[in-house]
Amino acid sequence: MRQAGRWHGRLAIAAGVLSLCGAGAPTLAQSLGDTSSVGPSTARSTTGEQTYRDICQACHMAHAEGGVGAGRVPALAGDPHLSDPDFVLARVLHGQGGMPAFADMLSAEQIAGVTNYVRTHFGNAYTGTITAGDVRRRSTDAASD
Amino acid sequence: MIEFETPSRRALLTAIGKAGGTLALYQAMTALGHAAPTQFSGPPKLAGAKPGASVIILGSGLAGMAAAYEMSKAGYKVTILEYQDRPGGRNYSVRGGDVIKETSGTVQHVRFAPGNYLNPGPWRIPYHHQALLHYCQEFGVALEPFVQINHAGYIHSADAYGGKPQRFAEVSTDFKGHVAELLAKAVNKNALDDTITKEDKDKLLEAMRGWGVLDKNMAYTSNLRTSAQRGFDRPPGGGVNGAPTPSEVAGLTDVLDPRVWQTLGLYLNTTMQTTMFQPVGGIDMIGKAFAKKLAGKIRLNSKVTKIAQDDASVTVDYEDVVTGKKAQAKADFCVCTIPLPILSQIEVQVSNAKQAAINSLPYQSSCKIGLEMKRRFWEQDEQIYGGHSFTTQSISQLSYPSTGFFKPGPAVVLGAYAGGAAAYQFAGMTPEERIETALNQGSVFHKQYREEFSNGVAVAWSRLPWITACASSWTDDLRKTHYQDLVSVDGRVVLAGEHCSYIGAWMEAALLSSIDAISRLHQRAVAA
Ligand SMILES: Cc1cc2nc3c(=O)[nH]c(=O)nc-3n(C[C@H](O)[C@H](O)[C@H](O)COP(=O)(O)OP(=O)(O)OC[C@H]3O[C@@H](n4cnc5c(N)ncnc54)[C@H](O)[C@@H]3O)c2cc1C
Repeated sequence: MRQAGRWHGRLAIAAGVLSLCGAGAPTLAQSLGDTSSVGPSTARSTTGEQTYRDICQACHMAHAEGGVGAGRVPALAGDPHLSDPDFVLARVLHGQGGMPAFADMLSAEQIAGVTNYVRTHFGNAYTGTITAGDVRRRSTDAASD
Repeated sequence: MIEFETPSRRALLTAIGKAGGTLALYQAMTALGHAAPTQFSGPPKLAGAKPGASVIILGSGLAGMAAAYEMSKAGYKVTILEYQDRPGGRNYSVRGGDVIKETSGTVQHVRFAPGNYLNPGPWRIPYHHQALLHYCQEFGVALEPFVQINHAGYIHSADAYGGKPQRFAEVSTDFKGHVAELLAKAVNKNALDDTITKEDKDKLLEAMRGWGVLDKNMAYTSNLRTSAQRGFDRPPGGGVNGAPTPSEVAGLTDVLDPRVWQTLGLYLNTTMQTTMFQPVGGIDMIGKAFAKKLAGKIRLNSKVTKIAQDDASVTVDYEDVVTGKKAQAKADFCVCTIPLPILSQIEVQVSNAKQAAINSLPYQSSCKIGLEMKRRFWEQDEQIYGGHSFTTQSISQLSYPSTGFFKPGPAVVLGAYAGGAAAYQFAGMTPEERIETALNQGSVFHKQYREEFSNGVAVAWSRLPWITACASSWTDDLRKTHYQDLVSVDGRVVLAGEHCSYIGAWMEAALLSSIDAISRLHQRAVAA
């Protein structure tokens, strides 16, 4: 508790430091921990496939086959969860488990692009195209929950 | 959490001081976090453990091992189950001969020369992380300074100074000088007359002149006085040619580049201030010291797959990852420190609220690259002894070893410390591509880079099988909904670890969360 009070004065600075470095509005937690320094943190990709290669492949692997260790990194190949666009958007925007929240790292266009890409590749053939507008709506909905 | 700032802490303290005198004031200051470093108030006092009471601890990071060490001292029978073939968790160093396996199946063999190492995770210890420093002292872990701020390190932005790296001293002096000049101008144009008194106005001008090293016209210019801070073109010497020549100050536009002030601002955070420490020989000296105290109590290669509990005990299912044999362990209580990306995939018998907390917290990632260079050219050619250089490129920074100064032979630089999206960009590459990218980008600072490079290793946290991420990533909203549920004692089970704290990704977080968790579990145990 007492640290939290103390932090507050600094957070304004710390969060400011990070937010202009391209990370959008990073979580305060990021500014408190020593896990990466400040630096460029947004992706520059334009197509869904590029975003997949640039970002998603880091965990889900080149062929979306996922991986196994102490836990599992979910495969996206042939994943029935992906039939629900809302499910995919919620995960990408807000993260869960090993998956970070990408709301601040990727633009609405990038998120729409990559969502459409994974829903139609790697053995997935789901219909319905997601637009950047859908992404923006979904992220503001969640913010006002 | 953040109310303290609102009524003005000073007003509050003055009131307390008036009401209760100095002692009360000191206690209040301590409670508000000003006189005391962290929340550490000594190791836990766990008196009166029931004879024969047992605890099973899941994960042998610092949180798990601190729990085991303190509970065992208090008389509990402790066992740790650890998935990896080594204790320490994120408290981890790699040396020549080590093998790093990724979830993709990719394997890296570390080829550093004897004595050299990379700390892929934690690497520095702020002076106020008193719990960690306490255990280092208790176990005799030798510490040395970690060079944090180095005025000779570089700052590089693609968009400033023509893309040419500048020394920290140059950039920080220029930034300060321009800000001081502008503020002085504003004051002299009476732009702040409605804000400050005449007396403060004069004091402020005087301060700007001194602090910003302004000339008699209140301008920031190239001269020997500004050079005394930012560096000379020709430094002062002896004898006939002893006279120095000043360096050229940069214009305002360059210093306004975000990379400039972000770097200056970085060192203002309490967690980034000096004095900073590191263990001599690698960060894992801390984990190793804990493990030595727990000889025979850590079962390695044991993957926990299920945690169940009833009125009488806790039952943990695990699998020996070498033999494939499945087994069960029973104990009276359980301290679980498994990171949430993994724990959220394990069946755990806890309340719905705790399960929701376990499921909801996302983790961030990071990538660190160690490059072994044939010689310390940064010291020999550029007078950089430890510290960092920063860049707008995805490697983000380059850090020079804080130890072994002036030694001949190879040394390891940190060639990338990537976070945010960059962490994922690196993770998606092969180790060779990661290293190639780091060499490419790092060459912006050091033309010797390619020629002196010997070998390297690139650790992408999102690909490490035992965690698949780097650290928890709380937001204020997530804290409101889930934090208390995550840390509460649930029957016979309590969670601990970096994720169960307000500190963020620091080893101190693992220790303070562990001490708090076992203290509450102990109370529960003696009450039972
Ligand atoms: C890149 C990076 C930089 C950092 N920099 C710093 C720094 O400079 N200074 C600092 O103080 N801190 C730093 N930290 C933070 C620090 O490393 C952590 O906060 C701390 O080490 C976490 O300890 P822990 O015990 O909570 O978790 P861990 O050390 O992660 O321990 C958890 C253990 O659980 C094990 N496990 C996982 N799954 C299972 C399973 N199914 N069964 C059994 N065991 C399992 C894991 O193998 C691991 O050993 C950094 C972290 C990272 C990643």
